[in-house]
Amino acid sequence: MGIIRSLSPLLVVCFLLWPALTQAQVEDTEAQQLLTALAESSFKEKKDVVNRIAGSGDERARGWLEAFASNKLGRIESSGQFIIVLENRGRDWTVESALTRENLGEVSRRDIDTIRVNNALRNELEGILSVIDLKSPDEDNRLSAARALKGSVDDTLAERLPELIDAEESESVQAALTEALAIYRVEEQGDVAAVATLSGSLNSEARAALQQAMRSDDPQLVSAAQAAMKSIEQKLKLNRAAETLYFGLSLGSVLVLAAIGLAITFGVMGVINMAHGELIMLGAYTTWGMQQLLPGQPGLALVLSIPAGFLVAALAGIAIERSVIQHLKGRPLETLLATFGVSLILQQLVRTVISPLNRTVITPDWMSGSVMINEALSLTLNRMYVIGFALVVFAGLMLIMRKTRLGLEVRAVTQNRAMARSMGIKATKVDILTFGLGSGVAGLAGVALSQITNVGPNLGQSYIIDSFMVVVFGGVGNLWGTLLAGLSLGTINQLLEPWAGAVLAKILVLVLIILFIQKRPKGLFPQKGRAAEG
Amino acid sequence: MSIKKHVKLGLSALALSISFNSVAAEDPIKVGILHSLSGTMAISESTLKDTMLMLIEKQNEAGGVLGRQLEPVVVDPASNWPLFAEKARELLAKEEVDVIFGNWTSVSRKSVLPVVEELNGLLFYPVQYEGEESSENVFYTGAAPNQQAIPAVDYLMNDIGVERWVLAGTDYVYPRTTNKILETYLKDKGVAADDIMINYTPFGHSNWQSIVSDIKKFGSAGKKTAVVSTINGDANVPFYRELGNQGIDAADIPVVAFSVGEQELSGIDTGPLVGHLAAWNYFMSVDSDANYDFIDAWVEYTGQEDAVTNDPMEAHYIGFNMYIEAVKKAGTVDVDAVKDAIIGVSVPNLTGGYATMMPNHHITKPVLIGEIQDNGQFSVVWETPSTVAGDAWSDFLPGSKDLISDWRKPLFCGNFNVVSGTCGGKAEVASQ
Repeated sequence: MGIIRSLSPLLVVCFLLWPALTQAQVEDTEAQQLLTALAESSFKEKKDVVNRIAGSGDERARGWLEAFASNKLGRIESSGQFIIVLENRGRDWTVESALTRENLGEVSRRDIDTIRVNNALRNELEGILSVIDLKSPDEDNRLSAARALKGSVDDTLAERLPELIDAEESESVQAALTEALAIYRVEEQGDVAAVATLSGSLNSEARAALQQAMRSDDPQLVSAAQAAMKSIEQKLKLNRAAETLYFGLSLGSVLVLAAIGLAITFGVMGVINMAHGELIMLGAYTTWGMQQLLPGQPGLALVLSIPAGFLVAALAGIAIERSVIQHLKGRPLETLLATFGVSLILQQLVRTVISPLNRTVITPDWMSGSVMINEALSLTLNRMYVIGFALVVFAGLMLIMRKTRLGLEVRAVTQNRAMARSMGIKATKVDILTFGLGSGVAGLAGVALSQITNVGPNLGQSYIIDSFMVVVFGGVGNLWGTLLAGLSLGTINQLLEPWAGAVLAKILVLVLIILFIQKRPKGLFPQKGRAAEG
Repeated sequence: MSIKKHVKLGLSALALSISFNSVAAEDPIKVGILHSLSGTMAISESTLKDTMLMLIEKQNEAGGVLGRQLEPVVVDPASNWPLFAEKARELLAKEEVDVIFGNWTSVSRKSVLPVVEELNGLLFYPVQYEGEESSENVFYTGAAPNQQAIPAVDYLMNDIGVERWVLAGTDYVYPRTTNKILETYLKDKGVAADDIMINYTPFGHSNWQSIVSDIKKFGSAGKKTAVVSTINGDANVPFYRELGNQGIDAADIPVVAFSVGEQELSGIDTGPLVGHLAAWNYFMSVDSDANYDFIDAWVEYTGQEDAVTNDPMEAHYIGFNMYIEAVKKAGTVDVDAVKDAIIGVSVPNLTGGYATMMPNHHITKPVLIGEIQDNGQFSVVWETPSTVAGDAWSDFLPGSKDLISDWRKPLFCGNFNVVSGTCGGKAEVASQ
C-alpha cells in the first residue's frame, strides 16, 4: 500500500544500483550518528532516518535494517554501544556489536534498550528490502520481492521495470513483474492494453485496479475492465468453492481421526468409553514429551511420536479395560459413569503431574505455512498432512479388521461371543487386544491433533462429544460409516459456518443429526443380518 | 509413666496459655485466595495463586503488617461457577479471612458477588472486565473498557488509519458487552454499519479456517481493516496459527487482542504473529526497575528461568500493596475501616508510575499498546500520556451513561444516576 511510492525517487534509483554501492563503508562516527538518530527519534522521524541509513550505501546497513525490523537492534544503556541482539529469550541476551559485528556475549536485559519499531516502519523496511531483493541472485527472493511490488509500483520504478523484465531469466518472476507493471498502468494511466494482462488475475491489487478502472469516464476502458472482472469473478467463485471443500474435508478428517478409535471400542465392542478423549490427550502429550526428549529436532520427534503415541494410549487403554471395564461387562450405564470418572482422574493427573498450562508442541517447518495453488487459493500444509494421516490410519485399520487373524477373531467375538469361544477363540484376549487397538488409534489422533490445537489437560473434552456424534451418525459398528459420517459432518459444518456463524452452525449440525437419527435410528450404514440383533 | 504424662500435660498447657496470651498481637492476618487450581480456568488462574503466595511471602519476610504476619488460605473452586460462591462463603464464614484475592471470569465474579456483599467481605478482582458493575465490597484492579478497549480502538483509528472493523469474540458476557460498547463507539465516530463485522465463537473453538478466510475476504475491500479480538483463553492459539497459515500478517490486517498476554503466547510459535497487537496496562517487556525486580523475584520463586509475568499478575501486585497500605493507614484489618481507608491510596505500579484507588473502586492505569515480537514478548509502540481512571459505567451504553459510582460518604452509591439524582439500587444495566 504505497510502500515504495513513499520513497523518494532518488532513493529507489539508488537501490537499483545497490550492488555497486555496497562496497562502501561510512565512517564509524557517521554510522554512530545515524544509529543514535534512529534510537532517539519518534516513530515518524525514524522513517527519515531509515531512509538515510539505506541511502548511506554502507554495506552493514542491510544488517542494521533487518535487525531493526525484527526489534533486535539496540543499545547498551551503560556504555552507549550499539548492538544487534542474537538471542532474545530469558533474562540475559546474547548480543554482538552493530558496528564491528564482534560477539559481545551475554548482557542483562536490564542494560539493553532495544530501538522500538512498529508496523508502519516495518512496512517501510520491507519495501526497501524488497526493492533490494529484486537484484538478489536467489530466484525465490526475487519472486517474493516481485509479488510484494504488486500495487506499489511508483513512477520511477515503472520506467525501469520493462528493462528489468527483459533482463529477468525466470518466467514466474517475469510474469509477476509484468502484472505489477500492468496494475500500475491501469491504475495510473488508464491503459486499455494493460487491462488484458490483468484479465484472469486473482491478485486482490489487480481487482482493486480494475474496480477503479470500471469507475472511469473512458467507455472503452470501462467495458474492457468489466469483461476482465467477469472472468476473474467466475474464477474466484470456483476457487472459493474449492476452499470451502478443503476446509470441510480437513475438519472432517479431524473428526474421523478422533472418532475412528471409538468406532472400534464403542462400535465394535459396544463399550461406552467416556475416557476416549483423554486417550487422545495422552497421544498429544506423548508428542510433547518426545519433543522434550529430542530438542532441536521437532520433525523427527513428531515421526517417532506416531508409534510412541500409539503404544502409550494403547497401554493406558488396556489398563482401563482390565481395571474397570471388564468388571462392568453388559452394564452400559455403569460403564459410562465409571469411564467418565476415569476421564476426570486422567485430566487432573496431567494437571498435577505435568502442569495445568498448555504445553508448546512445535510444528516442524515442513508442516507449517501453506501451498499456494494460485493467489486466491492456498491450502494450509498442517491440515493437508492431517487429511493424509487420517486416510492412512483408516486404511490401516480396515486392513487389520478385514485381512488379519485378529480382525477375524474380533468380528467373530462381537457377532456371537459364546459361539466364538466354543470354537476356541480366547474371548478375553480378543477383548484386550481390541480395546488396546481402539485406544492406540485414539493416541494417533492425539499426535495429529497436537499440530492443530492446544495440547492441554482439556484437549480430550472438546472431542468426546463430536466423536460419539460421528460414530452414531455413521452407524455403530461400521468403519466406512465413520469415515463417511466424519467427512460429511465436517463439510456440512463448513458450508453452514460462513452464513450461520460458528455457534449456530454447530447447533444446526446437531439438529440435523437428531432429525436423521429419528428417521434412521441405526445411522448411515446400519448393520444387517443376525449380527444386528446381538 | 504417670509422672511423665503429667509433665507432658503441664507442658502443653503452658504452651497453650503462651499461645493464647500472644493471640491478640500475633494472630496472623488471613488472606483468602480464590483461584481455580483445576478445571478449564486452571491454565490462567493457578499462576495468580502463585503470585499471591509470593507476595505474601515477601511481605512476611519484611515483617508483615501492623506487626502481624499474613497467612494465605488457598481454596480451589475448580472452574465451577457455583462452587466459587460456596468457596467464598467458606473463606468468609468458616475461615474468617480478612480479605480475598480471586476470580478470573466475569461469571465467577457475578457468582461470588452476593456472598461477599452479604457477609461484608473484601474482594480484589485482578482481570480486565466489561465494566457495568460497582460493588461496595469489590475492588477492581483490572482494566475497565475505557482503560483498554477504547484507547486501543483510538490508536488503530488515528495512528494506523483503520476504517473497517472486525469485532471477534468468544460467546459470553465480557466480549458481548465490550463489543456492544465498541460498536456504539465506532458508530458515534462515523463508521458505517457495513464496515463492522461481528463474529462470536464458542469457548475453546479450534476450527478457525472459514472464519479466518471470511476475515481475509472482508479485509480485501480496499479499506484498511483491523480485527479487535476478545477471543478468550485456549481458542487463541489455533486462531493465531490459522492466521499465520493463511498468510495474514500484521501489515495487512492487524489483530488487536484484549485477552492475549505473555502467558498465552508462551504456548505458540510467535514467528508468524510478529506485529499483531495487544492492549494491556502492563507488559513483561516494560523497561522499569520495579518490573525487572518483580521478574527476578518471580523467576526465583517459580524456579523456572523462562517463567513469564502478565497483566493480571501486576493487578494483584497493585491490589495487594494497596491493601497493605490501607491496613497501615486504618491501623486495623476491620473491613469497613479498610474500605474507607483504601480510597485515595497510591502505590507504585510495575510500569514506573503510580496506581491510585478511585472512589468508584477502580484504579488508575496507563494504557499500553504492544506489538508481538518473535520471542513471545510485546514491544510497546504507544502509550497514554498519563494514567487513565477506570470508569465503572460506560459512557457508550444508553442505560449506563448517566450513572456514576462513588463509595465515599455521603453519596455512598454504586450506581448514582446524575440525571434523576437518585441512587439506582442494585440494578444491572448492560449485562443481562
